[in-house]
Amino acid sequence: MKPTTVKAIKNELSAYAFISPFLIIFTLLVVVPVVSAIYLSFTDFNSIQTPKFIGLTNYVNLITQDNAFMMYVLPNTLKFALLVGPGGYLLSFWLAWLLAQIPRKSRTVLALAIYSPSLTAAIAMAVVWLVIFSGNASGYLNNFLMSLSIINEPIQWTQSPHYLMPIMVTVSLWNSMGVGFLAMLAGILNINGEMYEAGYIDGIRNRLQEVWYITIPSMKPQMLFGAVMAVVGTFQAGAIGVQLSGANPTPQNAGQLMINHIEDYGFLRYDMGYASAVSVVLLIIVYGFSKLCWRLFGEND
Amino acid sequence: MASFHANKINPDRFSFGQWKFFAFLISLSVFMILPIIFIFSQALKPVDELFLYPPKLFVNHPTWSNFAQLFSVSNVAAVPKTKYLFNSIIVTAAVVFLSIVLCSMTGFALSKKEFKLKKVVFEVNIIALMFVPAAVTIPRYLVIEKLGLTDNFLGHILPMLSLPVGVFLVKQFVDQIPNALIEAAQLDGANDYYVFRKLVIPMIMPALATVSILAFQLAWNNAETSSLFMSKETLKTFAFYMSTLTTTTAMENNIAGQGMAAAAALLMFIPNLLIFIFMQSKVMDTMAHSGLK
Repeated sequence: MKPTTVKAIKNELSAYAFISPFLIIFTLLVVVPVVSAIYLSFTDFNSIQTPKFIGLTNYVNLITQDNAFMMYVLPNTLKFALLVGPGGYLLSFWLAWLLAQIPRKSRTVLALAIYSPSLTAAIAMAVVWLVIFSGNASGYLNNFLMSLSIINEPIQWTQSPHYLMPIMVTVSLWNSMGVGFLAMLAGILNINGEMYEAGYIDGIRNRLQEVWYITIPSMKPQMLFGAVMAVVGTFQAGAIGVQLSGANPTPQNAGQLMINHIEDYGFLRYDMGYASAVSVVLLIIVYGFSKLCWRLFGEND
Repeated sequence: MASFHANKINPDRFSFGQWKFFAFLISLSVFMILPIIFIFSQALKPVDELFLYPPKLFVNHPTWSNFAQLFSVSNVAAVPKTKYLFNSIIVTAAVVFLSIVLCSMTGFALSKKEFKLKKVVFEVNIIALMFVPAAVTIPRYLVIEKLGLTDNFLGHILPMLSLPVGVFLVKQFVDQIPNALIEAAQLDGANDYYVFRKLVIPMIMPALATVSILAFQLAWNNAETSSLFMSKETLKTFAFYMSTLTTTTAMENNIAGQGMAAAAALLMFIPNLLIFIFMQSKVMDTMAHSGLK
């Protein structure tokens, strides 16, 4: 008996030796911040004095007092998330599938072109979009539309409440072929060809049926991974509105998302307790959406 | 069977039936890389072409003057821009190296070792996949401050190191290594460390390449730690400098600045692109095992 227990303890210790560096950093920079965000959300904290416990007041204020949040930030966040999340997700599956229909060499080149926007930093891209959507007549988009006589006057694209949101969605979609897209492409390419052969013997006739009955069921795990990455990417992408318009809050709150709202309260108004409450709500929303993906794509349904 | 061959996925060679896919994908690719072509040409434009009306997409007389201007020392803060670049390189190299070490160790233990907390750690890591760092910027700032890491290079490095996606991808990849192989090595007297170094590491190179790309992108593109945790100008990174360029150009709509900003954007983009091109087959190899269950 004795040698096995010693061996088991040794094994246990060696396992912890392997995971402890990650676990320590993970605890310090993920677990502790999340827990303290939850704590701070129940306090009044201006980042100088010690936090004062005020119970649910921040949450009550968030729901009842914060007009900007209820009228703009929350609807904007949901609208943006619903357009960019499922939109980007379907787009990346569709593009991955299209890429799987062509031979290897050309596929590599075209996949690289489609993935390349995800390789660029958001701040670097702001340079490009700012010049394209520049508000005066020498902006590329204004110039193009004016030369086609579609518009007569230059439009202040990024300052206009009407156009900011659509521009944010376009830019985010353009930028959304990330890790999830690569996983889906790999997933499609790794489906055993015999599956299709069997499918055709069983009476599949066209590509649509092929996708529905064979491709998607065979790559459910990658579909789920892609979905979770899409959810996170979507809520991460919020900074784009502030970068494009150059202001936080964005003009008339048109592109204000929860992430911008947190920064606005936390780092511009120093109302850290309140900002933490918004953070907690955001984390819950992201978690909820990811769980929803699990429901939709999980194996054991 | 004829219909099966007509619809074959992952084909070996070009056939005329694929023209629709090519037509669509090529036009879409052009749309996707248009802004990147734009950065290239904008970065090489001389001042008079930047001012040109109507604006032109392609540069006529390319020059390096934007880059020269970018690196001229005439900045108000009097910090040479090469210092920012140097900081970025140090931070990125440290983050990439340490991420590989952390992710491979953790992924190995989570896949091949049995220990009490295994299930919990894996579950927590899965939940962390859904973590949005921007949501807890404030408490993270407080943690970094309490640890005394403001105005310290570790303040750049530590926040980038917990890479749940990396741990997850490595773990999935190690799962592919047969247990029998590891058991055989153990019978020959190899301890965990030896198994890890000599057996596992060489076999999971594709996954480590992928982790290094993800870590590289994260660290190289990151301007946030500079603006939050660093007050000394000499400790800030190139990505941060780049973000100051874009905000000032947005404010003043200064056209000469646009050339500089584009040059900086190009410097940010090229390393990402090159690393991805060199390692893309490894990335695809890793991604094939990336499914969540």
